Amino acid sequence: MAVETTENTNAAKSFLLPLVVVVALVALWTAVWASGAFHESALPSPIAVMRGFGEELKSGRLINDLITSLFRVSCGFGLAAALGIPLGLWLGQKLSARIAFLPIINFFRNLSPLAWIPFAILWFGVGDASAIFLIFLSAFFPVILATMAAVANIPTVYFRVAQNYGINGLERLTQVTLPAILPQIITTLRVTAGLSWLVVVAAEMIAGRDGLGFAVMDSRNGLRTDLLVVEMIVIGLIGVALDRLLVQLTKIQSVRWGYER
Amino acid sequence: MSSKPLQLEKVSRSFGPVEVLREISLSIARGEFVAVVGPSGCGKTTLLNLMSGFDQPSSGLIARDGQVRMVYQQDGLFPWLTVAENIALGLRHLKKQQEQARQTDELLRLIRLEGFESHYPHQLSGGMRQRVELARALAGQSDILLLDEPFSALDYLTRLRLRQELARLLDERPRTVALVTHDIEEAAQLADRVIVLSERPAQIRYELSIAVKRPRDLTHPEVVSAIHCILTELGIEHDHERAAGKSLAALTE
Repeated sequence: MAVETTENTNAAKSFLLPLVVVVALVALWTAVWASGAFHESALPSPIAVMRGFGEELKSGRLINDLITSLFRVSCGFGLAAALGIPLGLWLGQKLSARIAFLPIINFFRNLSPLAWIPFAILWFGVGDASAIFLIFLSAFFPVILATMAAVANIPTVYFRVAQNYGINGLERLTQVTLPAILPQIITTLRVTAGLSWLVVVAAEMIAGRDGLGFAVMDSRNGLRTDLLVVEMIVIGLIGVALDRLLVQLTKIQSVRWGYER
Repeated sequence: MSSKPLQLEKVSRSFGPVEVLREISLSIARGEFVAVVGPSGCGKTTLLNLMSGFDQPSSGLIARDGQVRMVYQQDGLFPWLTVAENIALGLRHLKKQQEQARQTDELLRLIRLEGFESHYPHQLSGGMRQRVELARALAGQSDILLLDEPFSALDYLTRLRLRQELARLLDERPRTVALVTHDIEEAAQLADRVIVLSERPAQIRYELSIAVKRPRDLTHPEVVSAIHCILTELGIEHDHERAAGKSLAALTE
């Protein structure tokens, strides 16, 4: 019973305390706005933002932009994972390939995908393909590097055990190598999904005609600071939601060992 | 001779300029329990890796007859598999799921971990994990068990308990065993024959047979005497007792 009570208190706490902080921040915002320190066109009031939110919902534009951005991130990020994980597996197992490719992968990993925007527009025009390309670049190299490192660091013991028990070839890949790196892969996917979500906004601001990034740019051009704040809130919340979604993967029983040791 | 499951003939192993093992000849009879002890870094694990086939000798011959399984100091279990799934790895040759499940249950009972089949290794204590490793290695029709300091990561009392446990398991499922350890008590309490290696390059320095039936008490006179012999051979004990005994005898005369 005692334990249950503490758990309830903790659940209440973990909901109430953050809420207090949010309310305080909105109050601060309102106070600054009311003080007149900022010009009306530089800082919208919370009320104006609420009205803007309603307006955006009614017009359906916000939902459309949201879906567009999510679609692009899913494609770019999915492609990066689908190609990056196998490549990382290969590089992790082949020392000479690793020596050959590591410098160039490191180079691209440290080159901001935003620097590719001009080429993205030249090659793919303005729209989905450009954004997907840029998101792909943001996730592809980190995924390769992390997978590679994870594979290279699998304890030799596991492979010896596999040999003792007759696990060879493809079975060894699916029953030893993959499960051994899965916890690290999930962590990497969480980090790179966050990165992709950051990049999609920037990509759409310059190389888009729709999507949340474009909406931000459009609101700026129309001097609609109220809508700007609406979009910022949505972008932030979706980023958090994406991470919460991927965190679910860490709850799979057979990967718990990677987080509890 | 062909009935010997494990036979080493003048086996040497060097890593570059470092000679680790020199002309080791050793044969282990079916069902025999041989312990190899020696100073740390003398090449005990190298010897075990050669026996298992993970490593090849620089010269000499190794003959193996039967299925080899190795038990590690720690972390030899696959952490992504449950206890039951880990044990079932040793039963992969069984085609029928039902038979696999039945034998897995039997092994769980054998190591007294019924009720833990769905636990993952990280949810178990070190001693429980080593018992699961033993069960996995004993599953099915394995012939040769190679134990690489299997209890050395455990606390002293758990280590003592697991020695008894291993003796009991081997009584129920006899295997040919090679144990590598720096724990001389462990060797004396478990092995039919103890091989003492010299410093690098390791050679067989001394052999000792212990005829007492397992399980043996740690304080059994034969075990104590074997420990004393091994320690003396390693230059750690110096026959003080015997010397003291002699002088006492001289006094009473």
